[in-house]
Amino acid sequence: MPIYVKDWDLVVPGEVLAEGDYVAGPYVYKEGNKLFATTIGIVESRRGVIRVVPLQGPYIPKVGDVVIGIVVDYLPTAYLLDINSFYKAILQATEVLPPQKNALAEDLSKYLDIGEAVVCKVMRFDKYSDVVVSCKGKELGKVTEGRLIKVSPAKIPRLIGKKGSMINLIKKETGCKIVIGQNGFIWIKGKDPASEALAEKVIRKIDQEAHISGLTQRIQLMLQLERRS
Amino acid sequence: MSIKSKELTLISPDGRRLDGRRPDEIRELKIKAGILENADGSAYVEQGNTKIYAAVYGPREVHPRHLALPNRAVIRCRYHMTPFSVEERKSPAPTRREIELSKVIREALTPAIIVEQFPSSAIDVFIEVINADGSTRCASIIAASVALASAGIPMKDLVAACSVGKINGVLVLDVTDVEDKYGEVDMPFAMMPNRNEITLLQLDGILGPEEIEKAISMAAKACKEIYEKQKNALKERYIELRKTVEEGFRT
Repeated sequence: MPIYVKDWDLVVPGEVLAEGDYVAGPYVYKEGNKLFATTIGIVESRRGVIRVVPLQGPYIPKVGDVVIGIVVDYLPTAYLLDINSFYKAILQATEVLPPQKNALAEDLSKYLDIGEAVVCKVMRFDKYSDVVVSCKGKELGKVTEGRLIKVSPAKIPRLIGKKGSMINLIKKETGCKIVIGQNGFIWIKGKDPASEALAEKVIRKIDQEAHISGLTQRIQLMLQLERRS
Repeated sequence: MSIKSKELTLISPDGRRLDGRRPDEIRELKIKAGILENADGSAYVEQGNTKIYAAVYGPREVHPRHLALPNRAVIRCRYHMTPFSVEERKSPAPTRREIELSKVIREALTPAIIVEQFPSSAIDVFIEVINADGSTRCASIIAASVALASAGIPMKDLVAACSVGKINGVLVLDVTDVEDKYGEVDMPFAMMPNRNEITLLQLDGILGPEEIEKAISMAAKACKEIYEKQKNALKERYIELRKTVEEGFRT
């Protein structure tokens, strides 16, 4: 069972990763006896499962994902959100409107205007229908203050870190509230603009350097230096 | 044009071509990935005097909507030659040839892309020929597949391409414009090097069975060489950044 790559190796589509009894993880496919990478990314192998962590790529919706959508259009009783994917998301207006209001008779732009951002959860997504999202629930709803930034959706797992280690570090050091949308939108709300700017700077650095090992150390160092100045 | 290859010496008796290459040598190939900021993925390929940009957008929504397929992504491809890419100004309107090449390139790329991942969406590939000096469809395929990979679109393999020609009775790799015009044969060829699958094979001219076999094996060998360059081009960006970051961290 030869394996041709080691962890943190950079691979491109079609590269042969291993031969033999290995299991193909995400972004890897197996044909015959060989495992091939399907995207440009970094290799990770754990207990015989080989996966590639992509460096680039679009956001593919998954049920249960928290995403941040931006209102782009109205349907008769729903909002159409841009979730940075190849599908638009549908948000039912009844979830936004106060109870007992008839969505058909209301001016929907009074509650959510075009360009406004909403934190929501993917409720339904299958091959044949649009993405349906809901904004009812804990920590979901309209974004009213702070700043919204966009990073590459492929870098979100690195931004969160193992069991949220990275994002908790940033939250602790900057004192900001940070909501990560799996689709690459990130909402930062801090006590003052300076701490928001610092959080944004750190997130942008992660977006750029996510594929280089020792990321946590570099971020810790950066935050230390910032704290001193 | 009445000049026939019999009257023209395209290859010298000691096996050197007009530009000094041996028959089994490709031109100098330069590939750069991710050069266009507004595209999701892009690439620039320079193969001798053939210069090509490729840009990839998507997966994105299909417009008009009825073209969308419910079970897979549609690949749309536009091969276009700039008016200044050839000796005499070419009208910028798509010609019959360009429409055909768009289709041929699309069909050479489609087997490599995992289209089932993005149902009812479109992946658009735009190819712009800046300077044409033979083998533009092969260079376009090289550029487009690097652009697709740099956009992060899942692919089974990269697609490498190379043309084979026959000049003065000799099989040669990577034909130039002159060799194409005055030579006997031009055979564009594209394949997925790791999977050993051919995705494009065209033939303009006449080749015997042995010659075909030899031409294919020559092209396949060249494709493997080209694949290494595509791979390096894709990795280059990240490796450079890795170096500067690691150096910066140490200081």
